[in-house]
Amino acid sequence: MTGSFVGDMTIFVLALLVGFEVISKVPATLHTPLMSGANSIHGVVLVGVVILSSETHGVLGYILLFVAGAFAAANVVGGYVVTDRMLQMFKRRPVVEKADHP
Amino acid sequence: MSHWETGIRFASLFGAVCFVIGLHLMNSPASARRGNQVSAFGMVVAVAAVLANVAHGSDGADMNVKRWIVLLAGVGVGSGYGLYTARTVHMTSMPQLVSLFNAVGGGAAALIAIAEYDIYPHPSGGTATATVLDVVIGGITFTGSLLAALKLQGHLSHPVTIPGARLISGVLAALTAAGGGWVIAGADRKLVLLAVILLALVLGVITVLPIGGADMPVVISLLNAFTGTAVAMAGFVLSNATLTIAGALVGASGSILTKLMADAMNRSVLSIIAGGFGVGDGAAVAAAGSGGPVKAIAVDDAALQLAYASKVIIVPGYGLAAAQAQYECRELAEVLESHGVDVSYAIHPVAGRMPGHMNVLLAEANVPYDQLKEMDEVNSEFERTDVALVVGANDVTNPAARRPGNAVSGMPILNVDHAKSIIVIKRSMASGYAGIDNELYTDPKTSMFFADAKKGLAALVAAAKTLVA
Repeated sequence: MTGSFVGDMTIFVLALLVGFEVISKVPATLHTPLMSGANSIHGVVLVGVVILSSETHGVLGYILLFVAGAFAAANVVGGYVVTDRMLQMFKRRPVVEKADHP
Repeated sequence: MSHWETGIRFASLFGAVCFVIGLHLMNSPASARRGNQVSAFGMVVAVAAVLANVAHGSDGADMNVKRWIVLLAGVGVGSGYGLYTARTVHMTSMPQLVSLFNAVGGGAAALIAIAEYDIYPHPSGGTATATVLDVVIGGITFTGSLLAALKLQGHLSHPVTIPGARLISGVLAALTAAGGGWVIAGADRKLVLLAVILLALVLGVITVLPIGGADMPVVISLLNAFTGTAVAMAGFVLSNATLTIAGALVGASGSILTKLMADAMNRSVLSIIAGGFGVGDGAAVAAAGSGGPVKAIAVDDAALQLAYASKVIIVPGYGLAAAQAQYECRELAEVLESHGVDVSYAIHPVAGRMPGHMNVLLAEANVPYDQLKEMDEVNSEFERTDVALVVGANDVTNPAARRPGNAVSGMPILNVDHAKSIIVIKRSMASGYAGIDNELYTDPKTSMFFADAKKGLAALVAAAKTLVA
C-alpha cells in the first residue's frame, strides 16, 4: 500500500500549493464568504460517507454512518446555501448615481 | 480499469477542478457568487458520481436496502437542518454558523476514520497514520469548534481559566501522541483508538476554553484549517483523491486566513493558543483615559462638520456590529452623499468576529462593495480626508502602534490620525481590548461624540438631514 500512500501524499501536497496560490489573491472584503465557501468544500466528506456506507455493518457501523451522513450533509448543504446568501448581498454602487436633493 | 471506473474517476476529477475554479472566482466580489455556484456544481457531480459508483457495485461496493436507508436518512436529516439554518441565520451570527459547520465537517471526517478502523482493524502503516491524524485533528476540531460557536453565541461570555491548564493540555497532548503512536505501531486494540478519540475531544475543549474576545477570528480560521486537514486525512484513509484535494484546499485557505488574522493583531498564533491576554471582550476593561485634554462635540456640530466636508471616511469596528448600527451608518452615508460628500469605509482586517465579517454586515445593510476599502488601499487616502468618523473601533486606530514599547506596538493600524479632523463616536473613554489609552482621542484634531453607536448615528442622521434639506 506504500505506493498508493505516496501517490495520495503527492496529490495532497500539490493541492495544498494550488490552494495557497489561488486563495492568497482573495481580497479581505471576501474573507468571510471565502471561509464559508471553503467550509462547504470540506463538505465533500459526504463522498467519503457514501463510500463508507457501501461496506458498513453492525449496530455501531450503522450509528456511525447515520451520524456521519447527517454531519456531512448539514455541512455541504448549509455551507453552499449560506455562502450564496452572503454573496448575493455584495452589490456594486448603482450605475445611475442618485441626484442631489431638490 | 473498466470504462465505468474511468468515467467515475473523471467525474471526480471534474468536481475537484470545479472547487479550484470556484475558489479562483472568489478573487473579486463581481464573480464570487458564480464561483460558489461553480463549486456547488462540482460538489453535485462528485457526490452523484460516488452514488452511481456504489449503486453500480464497483470497487467492491455492496449496497443493500438497509445501508441505503441509513445513509439516506442521515443525509436527509443533515440536509434539512443545514438548509434551515443557512436560510434563517442572521449575518451577525455568521461566525457561529461557520464554526458549527466546521465542527460537523471535522466530526464527519473523524467518524469515517473510526468506522473504517472498525471494519478493517489491521491497516497498513500509512493508512494507520492517516487514521490516527484524522481522528485526532477531527476530534479536536469537533469539540473546539462547538465550544467556539457557543462562545460566539454568548453562552460562555466569561473566559474560563483552569489552573494549570497548560500543564493539563501538555499531558493530554502527550497521552494522545503516545496512544496514536501505539495504534500506528500496530496495536490491535480498538480500545486504544477509542482512548485517543476521547483524549482528542477533551483536548479540543481545553484548547479553546481560555481563548476569548478579539482572538476569535484567529481561532475560527485555525479550526477551519484543521477541518480541511482532517478531511484530507479521511481521503488518505479511503484512498480517495477528491477528499484529499478538497481537504488540502481548505487547509490552505484556513492557514492563510489564520496567518493574516494573527499578523493583523500583531500576535503569534502560538501565543493566542496559549491564551495570553485573550480574555474578556474589551468593553469590560474599565481603565479611564488620562493622556491629555479631550474635546467633546455636540451632535449638531458633528453633523455640520460632516455635511460640509468634501471627503469622509467611516471607520467601523466591532462596536458598530455589536450595536447593530450598520443600517444607521449606511443611512448617514447616503444623506452625506446626497449633499455631495465623497464617503467610503475603511475596514481593518480584524474588524468583526471572523475574517471579513464587517464587510458582510455592511453589504447586508446595502453598502456597495466599491465603498468598502481595505487597510492598505485606504491608508494613503486619510491625508486627503476632511473628516474621519470612527464608530466602535479602538485599538486599530491607535497611533501608539507606530512606536515600540507598548501593548499595540507593531500592530498594523488605520492612519486615521492623518485625516484633517476626526470624530469618534464612543460611549466612554474606556480603553480597548489591548487595555491601553488611545492617543487618537487626545489628538487636538479629534472630537469625541459620546454616545451609543446606534443612537449616536441616528442622531447624526437626523441632524444632517435638517442641514441638507
